[in-house]
Amino acid sequence: MDLIVQGLGEAASRLVSLDPDVREATSAALVVSGIATMLSVVTGVPAGAWLGLSSFPGRKFLLSIVNTGMGLPPVVVGLFVAVLVWRSGPFGALDWYCTRQAMVAAQYLLAAPTVVGLTAIAIQSIDPMLRLQLSALGATRLQTLGILVREARLPILTAAMAGFGAVISEIGASLMVGCNIKGDTRILTTAIALDTSKGEFGSAFALAFILLLLVFAVNAVTTWAQQRRRPL
Amino acid sequence: MIRAFGALLACALVACGPLVQTSVNRPEVLLATTTSFQDSGLLDVLAADFQKRTPYRLRATAVGTGAALAIGARGDADVVFVHAPNEELAYMQQGNGERRLLVMHNDFVLLGPPGDPAHVRGKNIFDALRAIAAARATFISRGDKSGTDIFEKNLWKQTGIAPAGPWYVEAATGMGQTLTVASEKRAYTLSDRGTFLARRGQIEAEILVQRDPPLINVYHVITVDPQKFPNVNAAGANAFADYMVSAETQRFIAAFGVDKYGEPLFFPDAGKSDAEVH
Repeated sequence: MDLIVQGLGEAASRLVSLDPDVREATSAALVVSGIATMLSVVTGVPAGAWLGLSSFPGRKFLLSIVNTGMGLPPVVVGLFVAVLVWRSGPFGALDWYCTRQAMVAAQYLLAAPTVVGLTAIAIQSIDPMLRLQLSALGATRLQTLGILVREARLPILTAAMAGFGAVISEIGASLMVGCNIKGDTRILTTAIALDTSKGEFGSAFALAFILLLLVFAVNAVTTWAQQRRRPL
Repeated sequence: MIRAFGALLACALVACGPLVQTSVNRPEVLLATTTSFQDSGLLDVLAADFQKRTPYRLRATAVGTGAALAIGARGDADVVFVHAPNEELAYMQQGNGERRLLVMHNDFVLLGPPGDPAHVRGKNIFDALRAIAAARATFISRGDKSGTDIFEKNLWKQTGIAPAGPWYVEAATGMGQTLTVASEKRAYTLSDRGTFLARRGQIEAEILVQRDPPLINVYHVITVDPQKFPNVNAAGANAFADYMVSAETQRFIAAFGVDKYGEPLFFPDAGKSDAEVH
């Protein structure tokens, strides 16, 4: 119990004084997970929209692969990305081991299936009559896609936020490919694990508090966007 | 909307740094090392100091001695900093290392619950381990092929006992975490002195066996052989090895932790032979 009280006290003082270690880990986490999420939105929304609209043999199989991807264990992704970016691996020339780039790649692989899968579902659940009407009005395929994505923007925002929420809280892959380097690849989750094993609970609590706050903020934004237009 | 994402993406990539590093005159030095080096806090301060004093940037991965040597043996790191002399000699014999320099030592301690149910206090390390096995008292092993794990397994081998059974628990986690597990389970465990000193105030375990010659724990820095692995940053690896044995770094190591724990965590040994340390 002493530990908890003492830890919370130290956490508060570190937060108030904007402790540099806490600041660095927070900004690193935001940069890495932010970029990974953005990349998965930029690539995943078109891919999901296409999957949701098209019909071809093997589509269900592809969708079930995407759905499996939503539950990819981070350590498995970490293992694969590490093996790929080690100097002896196929992407060794990039020299990405222990860098933020490798972390972005790993987190992208974790977030993208969620964005693709949820976008596909969102696009599919739009009234099919709208599609019919659009093509009757002479919209091109690309125009149709654009309008449908706009129509489904709230569920797509939810998809992006779900992706971000997953990668900001993730530790396994980031630790394995990023190496937890102070001031560079040390993010909130890896710093919490390290501080706990060092017995520095105050700092661990401070970081944990910030992480919770970020996850809460993400969910608050999503909820606000979803509820904004509720019919009265 | 799409244009906004594009703009965000562009600045995000800039913030992330250049995507491909040049291969000539590389400033990045990749170090594979042990968790105790990171958990003690020494890695972070030496890394910052090394980057200040040399043109190099240190990328260190703290994975445990077994994994660090495996990474070095594939040429996936430039330099390794480890503590398992027998495995290091095998590594050198396989032609994976170029320079191997003694840097420092600390020692292992046998920890146990305050009541000492197996009555090991004051025994030498081998008799103590035999007593733990005979009493079937819970013993937490790292079980992760780290330097500490390799060291512990060697001690068991020398007692002639193959530890097995429900009393011998392989935690498969870092040293700091293992101490928490041992304390919570009221179990015996082997720890390096540095990690124990750092955690002393938070756990219910005390030193029962110490200062026994077989418990000396020696750290070496090894540069990965550039003849075998032409891709390594040999200049950077040598700069790090030289930095670790330099007089100033050695003085820093001797003083590290004294202000916080009242005694040093490591003892500098650059220039000595292995025999002198033991």
